Amino acid sequence: MRIFDPHIHMTSRTTDDYEAMHAAGVRAVVEPAFWLGQPRTSPESFYDYFDALLGWEPYRAAQFGIQHYCTIALNPKEANDPRCTPVLDELDRYLAKDRVVAVGEIGYDSMTPEEDEALARQLQLAVEHGLPALVHTPHRDKTAGTRRTLDVVRESGIAPELVVLDHLNELTVGMVLDSGCWAGFSVYPKTKMSEDRMIEILKEFGTARVLVNSAADWGRSDPLKTRRTADAMLAAGFDDDRVDTVMWRNPVAFYGQSGRLELDPCPDEPGRDEDATFQGNSIRRGGA
Amino acid sequence: MSVADPFPPTPAVPHTALRAALDTAARVWLDEAAATITAEPAAIRRLFPAARRRCGRARLTEHWTVDEAARAVLLTALPRTGPALADEVTLLHRHGDPAEQRAVLRTLPLLDLGELALPVVRDALRGNDTTLIEAALGPYATAHLPDAEYRQAVLKCVFYEIPLDRVHGVHTRADRELARMLAAFAQERIAAGRDVPQDIRPVVRAFPDVISEAPAAVEKQLKSDLKEQI
Repeated sequence: MRIFDPHIHMTSRTTDDYEAMHAAGVRAVVEPAFWLGQPRTSPESFYDYFDALLGWEPYRAAQFGIQHYCTIALNPKEANDPRCTPVLDELDRYLAKDRVVAVGEIGYDSMTPEEDEALARQLQLAVEHGLPALVHTPHRDKTAGTRRTLDVVRESGIAPELVVLDHLNELTVGMVLDSGCWAGFSVYPKTKMSEDRMIEILKEFGTARVLVNSAADWGRSDPLKTRRTADAMLAAGFDDDRVDTVMWRNPVAFYGQSGRLELDPCPDEPGRDEDATFQGNSIRRGGA
Repeated sequence: MSVADPFPPTPAVPHTALRAALDTAARVWLDEAAATITAEPAAIRRLFPAARRRCGRARLTEHWTVDEAARAVLLTALPRTGPALADEVTLLHRHGDPAEQRAVLRTLPLLDLGELALPVVRDALRGNDTTLIEAALGPYATAHLPDAEYRQAVLKCVFYEIPLDRVHGVHTRADRELARMLAAFAQERIAAGRDVPQDIRPVVRAFPDVISEAPAAVEKQLKSDLKEQI
C-alpha cells in the first residue's frame, strides 16, 4: 500500500515516526507551514522555519525513503499579530521554491478583520504563483467559518479545484464538495475526525476530491492515522483501487496542479532521494 | 604542506555539455534569463529559484548537475563585482533552498569575490546537510578557508561519512595538525570498538611522525592495510 499524507507537521516528529510511517507505506508527505504552539514574535522566526521546511526536513525525510514537500503561508492565528504580518511581504520569495506545492495553511482562526485581510491577500498570491491553496477551517464556530471561507474563496477568483478546505466534519463536507473545492479530513485520536466517522463520510460522499490526512503535529496526534484509515476502508469493503485513490492518487492530483510535484513512483529503499546521492552512493549523516 | 601537487583545477561552467543536455525550451529560457540578468541584475532573485524547474536536475559532470550549471550561468551573468556581487550572492544563498545553495557554493570559485564569500561557506559548514557541506568544500574553500577552519571541516566530513575523495584539495591542504586530529579520531574509534574509516589513512600517513607518536594500537590500525596493499 502506498500512502501520501497531504498534511503532516514533521518538524514536530521524531525519526522513529519516519521509520514507522515508511513501514506503514507512507512514501510522500506535504508539510504545511503553521503555528508552533509557542507564538512567534518576529518575521525572522518565520523565515528560519520556512528554511527548515525547505531544507532540513526534506533532507531528514529522504533518509527514511519519504519525499517531503511543503506549503508556505502566514497562518491565521499569527496573522492577528502586527509583529508577524511583515511576513506577507516576503512570501513571494518562498512561493518561488521548487518544493512549495501550495499556499497554506491560510484561513480563519477567530474570524477577525486581520484574518480576512491575510486570507484574501494570500489567495491572491496563490493565483499569481499558479499554486493551489490549503485552507484551514476554524475549530470554533466551524460551520459559520467554513461558509464564510467559501465566500472569500469565491470572491478571490481562484479556481475552486485549486483549493482544499481542511479539518472538515459531517456538517461542513457537503457545502465544500458542492462548491467544487476539495475536502480535507484530519483523522485524530480524539478530536477533529475519527476513522469510523471517515468511513461513513466516504460511503455517503464518495472518494472524489477527498483528501485524508493525519495532521500530526506537536499535540496529541498519530502520524499513522492515514494507514489506520486505509485499513478501516478495506475492512468496510472499499477495494484496493478506491483506497489508492484516497491515499495516493487524490493528493498527487491536488498538489500536482502546482506543476512542482516530482515524485518517484514509489521508492522502496530509504535514502533514494536524488539530492542525497552522488554516483549511486547514498550520503547519510554519520552517527558520530 | 607535505604534498607538492598544485590545487586541482577549478571546474568552469560546462557550457557545451549543458547546452546539449537542455531541450529547446530550456535553452531559450536560460539564454533569455541570462540576458535579463545582465540588463536588470535584481531579476536574478526570481529567475534563480525557477532554474531547476525550467532546466532539469540530472547529473551533468562530476562537478555539476544540470540545475547547478544553469544557475552558474545566471550567477556569472551578473554585471557586478566586489562587494556588490558578494551582497547579491550572499542574499541568494541566505534565501535559497538547498539546491540553490549548492549551486551558489559550486559557483563561488568562478566569481571574482576574493574572501568576501567566506561567510557563505561558513554558513554551509555550520549545518548538518552533507550535500551542502560537500558543496562548500570546493576550490573556493581550498583557496580561502583559514587552516583551523579547513581542518575542522575535514574532520566534520569524516564524522558525517562524507568520503574524503569528494573534498576538494584535501591532500594539498592537509598539514601535520590535521593528521594529528585524524589520528586522535582513530584512537577514539578504536577505544569505542568502532571502525576507523579507510579514507583518513592516506592523510595521516603523509606525516610519519604523527603515526610514530600515536599509541601502538592506532599505529597498527593506520598502517595495517598499507602492508596489505603493498
